[in-house]
Amino acid sequence: MRLELKGLTKKFGSFTADDDIDLVVEPGQIHAVLGENGAGKSTLMNMLYGILQPTSGEILIDGEPVDFSDPGEAIAAGIGMVHQHFKLVGPFSVADNVQLGREHTRFAGVLSAGAARRAVRDVSEQYGLHLDPDAICEDLPVGVQQRVEIVKALSGPKTELLILDEPTAVLTPAEITELLQIMRNLAEGGTSILFISHKLKEVQAVADTITVIRRGKVVAELEPTASESEMASAMVGRAVSLQVDKSAAEPGEPRLEVTDLTVVTDAGVKALDGLELTVHAGEIVGLAGVEGNGQTELARSILGLLKPDAGHIAIDGEDVHGRNPARRIKAGLGYIPEDRGRDGLVAEFSVAENLVLNQYRDAPFASSGVVNASAVDRRAVDSIAEFDIRTQSPDESASSLSGGNQQKVIIAREFSRPRRFLVAAQPTRGVDVGATQFIHSRLVAERDTGTGILLISSELDEIYALADRIAVIYNGRIVGEVDPDTPREVIGRLMVGGRLDDETDTADDEADSGPEAAAVVNDAEVETETETDVETSTETDEDANGGDR
Amino acid sequence: MSTETETPAPEQPESAETTEPRPNFMRLFGRYLIEANSVMVTIYSLVMAFFIGAVLLIVSDEGVRSTWTYFFARPQDALSASWNLVYDSYLALFQGAILNLNTLEAFRAGDVEFGNLLRPLSETLLNATPLIFTGLAVGLAFRAGLFNIGAQGQMIFGMLGALVIGFTLNLPAAIHLPLAVIAGAVAGGIFGAVPGVLKATTGAHEVISSIMLNNIAALFLVWAIGSQFLHSETKSELVTKPVNETATLPTLLSSFNPSLRVNLALLLGVAAAVFVWWLLSKSTFGFRIRAVGFNEHASATAGMRIGATYTTTMAAAGALAGLAGAALSLGVGASGITTNTALEYGFDGITVALLGRAKPGGIVAAAILFGALKAGSLSAQPAVPVDISILLQAIIVLFIAAPALVKAILHLRAPRGGLVTLEAKGW
Repeated sequence: MRLELKGLTKKFGSFTADDDIDLVVEPGQIHAVLGENGAGKSTLMNMLYGILQPTSGEILIDGEPVDFSDPGEAIAAGIGMVHQHFKLVGPFSVADNVQLGREHTRFAGVLSAGAARRAVRDVSEQYGLHLDPDAICEDLPVGVQQRVEIVKALSGPKTELLILDEPTAVLTPAEITELLQIMRNLAEGGTSILFISHKLKEVQAVADTITVIRRGKVVAELEPTASESEMASAMVGRAVSLQVDKSAAEPGEPRLEVTDLTVVTDAGVKALDGLELTVHAGEIVGLAGVEGNGQTELARSILGLLKPDAGHIAIDGEDVHGRNPARRIKAGLGYIPEDRGRDGLVAEFSVAENLVLNQYRDAPFASSGVVNASAVDRRAVDSIAEFDIRTQSPDESASSLSGGNQQKVIIAREFSRPRRFLVAAQPTRGVDVGATQFIHSRLVAERDTGTGILLISSELDEIYALADRIAVIYNGRIVGEVDPDTPREVIGRLMVGGRLDDETDTADDEADSGPEAAAVVNDAEVETETETDVETSTETDEDANGGDR
Repeated sequence: MSTETETPAPEQPESAETTEPRPNFMRLFGRYLIEANSVMVTIYSLVMAFFIGAVLLIVSDEGVRSTWTYFFARPQDALSASWNLVYDSYLALFQGAILNLNTLEAFRAGDVEFGNLLRPLSETLLNATPLIFTGLAVGLAFRAGLFNIGAQGQMIFGMLGALVIGFTLNLPAAIHLPLAVIAGAVAGGIFGAVPGVLKATTGAHEVISSIMLNNIAALFLVWAIGSQFLHSETKSELVTKPVNETATLPTLLSSFNPSLRVNLALLLGVAAAVFVWWLLSKSTFGFRIRAVGFNEHASATAGMRIGATYTTTMAAAGALAGLAGAALSLGVGASGITTNTALEYGFDGITVALLGRAKPGGIVAAAILFGALKAGSLSAQPAVPVDISILLQAIIVLFIAAPALVKAILHLRAPRGGLVTLEAKGW
């Protein structure tokens, strides 16, 4: 299918989300649309998929103008879409999810399970997707769930164009590699792919053509040979440096000491299993790992939201056992939560209120139980200026801000009070390039003032950019502590349970079965040892192998 | 993520707006009228409720219904009979709730004194008083994300607490009355804290536990009234001892006319509303209530103690409902309380809080409206069935709770911030 957009424009009232967009996707081509959050990418895709109708301009499929009033018409015309947030019915099987909305039936509307299964098998074999039609979707790893979405999109009556909206946002490095391969297979098979992303490396790796949009306008057409900084500059509209300037760390005394920390979830699974970690003053320790290996539990335990079942946490040399989060915060613990919307902000509160969310009872923001509104406002005005928070006023609700600016509110809140140690979990998730750069430089500046920082990130790029030391977490344990000049492959291997000195190429196999293996190990509750050897961690490796067997 | 981030960037719409010609006041006002904002939805809900009420009045009256059977022969019969019925019914409600036109005429003729004119208003405010408190009790909890169904039970305990202090002690009024009022608040507060504690410690849902506590309170009341300690020494029916003169709430207007029963509790109610407003918007406790109500996860991450907030908020809500009880048992004419004294003020408080959108000012206004409906329907009986007033309340709340319905029926425009729908968590 050849897709052509001509002068496509979408206005919301007086605001133009997409302005005169021209774009051509040739058959079998992977066409990347690159742009920051809010650049108009999703609006564009929604018009293509019939969710929104263009204000002006036209969409041509194989030279014929089309006009979709709902997604059904887009699907009928051969367009399939994989949404950023999966739209799967968790308790349903893969086959049921794929046939959802166009069920295979025998006469009188009786569902035909066999036909549905066959359809899934056919499509997944054709493109090497490896799907079990009978698996229950909610039990599957995220990467596999995404494959279900892809099969679902491909199972349309004559899908020839696939739209992938930020497909790698939720994937592990291994899963990303796999997805990119799947995309190449699809393109070879003649499917056109429109790939929406703001991640430069992936776009570079897979795209045939790159269209960069900024503020609703096409600002550049690039070849995949373009350098990352070229792409980033086009996206942001000014020169950006992807490198974070930082000097060598000068570690001081320990600010965080975690010893033998164990957290058992309600389901009886050990989320943290004798974890040991030390972060010193003036250094950034990057905690690398596939999500769901205990990072969340570690962060919540440090803050005091989670009561560990065993082990100790000392902040600034003092055991914080039994202290509630308020006391820890007051004692200088900064906390940037991984889930901004859930844990970081009260969306309905104003920017000003959010900026004092964990200090609202302290002077000067309150005295004898009464909030001092003018002090809160003054803080807001200062923070908005210092942290370049783009908001109309301090009284604007936090929900009206873009993701990057919401994150700046949290950073401003944590950086505007005395702090000794900072937990920064996914500090730039869903944040555009410009804001990422800003946040990174603030974190380094913070380190240089002597704060100890634990950086928890699922983006290896971020870890490499910031960390002075990298600790890899797997299955609730630190399985290796390495220098930031360690090659990516080594860390990638540790992240899925491999070991440091592992030279064979079994790492790839383990990458495939990593999450499952982890689950099996957890279920079995292997308790073979209490002493964690952070350098080689042979025990963990054996655990993983045990799971494989 | 894309859905939230792709919305127009904040700066652009604003700058575009300023380029628009500046609309004059009438244009703005006109636009406001056809917008589904919370004020207009409330007004339209009232109008539509009275319209539906009129239809039901017509349908339920046999005489009027019969004129409709020959509508096509003589439509004026049906129309005039219907109009008269609706007019008379609503006039009767008005006369009972606000101003009795017959009394007005008699006053003009010099037959009755001025105080008589105030009687409907006094009754309206008397009925509104407990609703202000219970409405605040539900509304305050609402702001912490809690659905306090238990105002009825909290009010019953407040009633008993005030009563016990009211008849057991012999003190000067200046001490006795405040003490009795406080006793009501404390009793209600303790009872109100129970679902809060249960939720904080065990995660039990406050709706379930407070519904059950309502039953416990209602049955406890029946038992308590019959107990030797509380039961009247002079009467045989189920009624308690009356409170001492020193503990009764002084009336406000009885100098005009002794039949004007509205008492000091009304002013306490207004003061409580002002206090709740202050608490929510100015105090650190209110900051915490609102933060927890909007997002308990972010609040916990910011170091707020969620369980403690639930418990204290429920205790405060219970205290407010307890004050409603105190207003009942210490009010004039409360010659002891019966199983009927509490009526449904606690449950009506839920409706009042919804109608007032959990804001103190709105709650006072809603309570007065409901007080008026109650006073009107009581005095309009039997000409107007009492059910009509209850029905009107129900329809009003139905529309308020479903602003999208009002918007759709009247083809209103969407307001700027989106439709305002009240919701408590867990529903």
